Amino acid sequence: MTEVTLSNVVKKYGAHQAVHGIDLDIADGEFVVLVGPSGCGKSTTLRMIAGLEDITGGEVSIGGRVVNDLPPRERNISMVFQNYALYPHMTVRENLGFSLHIAKQEPAQIKTAVDQAAGILGLDELMDRKPAELSGGQRQRVAMGRAIVRSPDVFLFDEPLSNLDAKLRTQMRAEIKKLHQKIGNTIIYVTHDQVEAMTLADRIVLMRDGHIVQVGTPLELFNTPVDTFVATFIGSPPMNLVDGTVRGGNIQLTDGQSLPVPVGARGLVREGQDVQFGFRADNLMPLGHAVDEVGEIHQVDLTITLTEPLGTETILFTTFGGIEVQAKMFNPRPVRPGEQMTFRLVLDKCHVFDAASGTAIRS
Amino acid sequence: MDRNRTHRNRKRILAALHFTALFLTMAIICIPGLWIVLNSFRPTVEIMAKPPVWNPSFTLDHYRAMFGGAGEGGVPVFSYFRNSLIISVVSTAIAILIGMSGGYAFARYKFKGKSGYFVGLMLFRAVPGVALSLPLFIVFAKVGLIDTHLGLILVYVAMNVPFTIWLTDGFFRQIPKELHEAAEIDGCTRWQAFWKVEFPVAKSGVASAAIFAFLTSWNEFALASQLTRSVGSKTMPVGLLDFTAEFTINWGGMCALAVLMIIPALILTFLVQKHLIAGLTFGGVKG
Repeated sequence: MTEVTLSNVVKKYGAHQAVHGIDLDIADGEFVVLVGPSGCGKSTTLRMIAGLEDITGGEVSIGGRVVNDLPPRERNISMVFQNYALYPHMTVRENLGFSLHIAKQEPAQIKTAVDQAAGILGLDELMDRKPAELSGGQRQRVAMGRAIVRSPDVFLFDEPLSNLDAKLRTQMRAEIKKLHQKIGNTIIYVTHDQVEAMTLADRIVLMRDGHIVQVGTPLELFNTPVDTFVATFIGSPPMNLVDGTVRGGNIQLTDGQSLPVPVGARGLVREGQDVQFGFRADNLMPLGHAVDEVGEIHQVDLTITLTEPLGTETILFTTFGGIEVQAKMFNPRPVRPGEQMTFRLVLDKCHVFDAASGTAIRS
Repeated sequence: MDRNRTHRNRKRILAALHFTALFLTMAIICIPGLWIVLNSFRPTVEIMAKPPVWNPSFTLDHYRAMFGGAGEGGVPVFSYFRNSLIISVVSTAIAILIGMSGGYAFARYKFKGKSGYFVGLMLFRAVPGVALSLPLFIVFAKVGLIDTHLGLILVYVAMNVPFTIWLTDGFFRQIPKELHEAAEIDGCTRWQAFWKVEFPVAKSGVASAAIFAFLTSWNEFALASQLTRSVGSKTMPVGLLDFTAEFTINWGGMCALAVLMIIPALILTFLVQKHLIAGLTFGGVKG
């Protein structure tokens, strides 16, 4: 059983505080993704778990054992780095077997373990090459192989896909997920890319400025963001946020039009409260090009300013409530800028945030 | 078409100019060395001839005399060679050990006054070595280090350490820190991570630092001539002075000894040439 627990973990660099007392429980075999904009403390947190950074305060335990002062080699973890950190003077085989060699295992044993890892990752052909002779994707695979050879308790990934091109990234993402299904170890994965977080994670930990903003499954973060930061960070395109004020049980937008308060926030808003009305592009759809529009609908005519065809859908840019918002058109037909269309907004799936604090208002 | 031809011609002229410039530069560098080698094989009359003799005769007289007895113009070549070798090799080894540790520390660790120390070390290089010869002479005379191998070794270590630190600092800086972090996660101690990963990767850099240190010690004359006295400690550059007498200089003999001095340095440079170039360009490391 290798659960990882962080309790009130703090990291300070001199006067600057990078991590502000975070608490996190990671279950055995769970795939947890730490995500957030750069400088949010996610990598620092990972490096503290790895033992590469000192922990200023609080406690990190792996498998029930407090590891605060243990060096990395005694934590039984593996880590995949953003720049792969392969040993350039060793062949792929030597890279893979290095940790076992250091642990003074028998050569035969090392060979078995290395061959097995190479088999899992399809590295058999590359065993005698040096890292400089490998492509980016191959290096990434070797780095992962080096991590699994040790059969560690916990895998740590530090933005492992950032150096790959888009196509390879998608491919390696799937491979990492398969790897997790195959070996089932606990994985802590750091990324700034919300798509990676959504696609890989059992649970996402969204961080900002050294604090955890929200922890939950990808769908929890997507469907019930706790504040506007989560709402705009998770999901692509980001959630549309329109300013408004509560007037007579409705939300009056800055351009004068009035919308009913969404079901979830009804009874929780005060008359005169400044709010932000949030909805995803998926919930603002042109008439006749919509899906899943059960529930309360608000119908509105809007003028298209820009289109982004994506094949199965087209992102439409339009002005709503005084600002530019994005809508989605399913089963798209060609649309020209300037065209006026009737849109249906699915109110049940809209969100209301307090304008001052940014926190979500929902029961 | 005409413009094409103009550009093609311009390219040719430029190439020719490059070649000429390169030839002139190499000539300026090489001709003195070549002259030494030629002179060591010519009779003294021809060496001194004015205008120079362009069609030289060949003789091994100077070499014969050099290895001959003391009365026949001989010098203790083997002793000088041994002294030079011991002093250069030992001082280089020590300078590399100290300099590499220092370079690594400057590249990897943060500590108070780091840039101050670094600038200080570089400033030490700005002091002309000869300016130190009198103080060194007095101190060494007092502690009995005059005319010993140890004395010169100490001096050369002090001369070479700052440069070695500066050079290796650059090499270690280019190695991503993730390499030793990965090694530590793979089970290494900090020490193992250095010897098993970072040192092999920086090997070329260390080798080129070693060559520079060795050549500095091997060729140093000014301080060695002050601090050595006898056959037991004189190095080859100092040995060259044996060919000067009160009123005459035995140019032929001096050239012959100089050739003997150049040969090991040349061999060494050729042996580690690959490392030297790799160390100076250092492109192969980045993964």
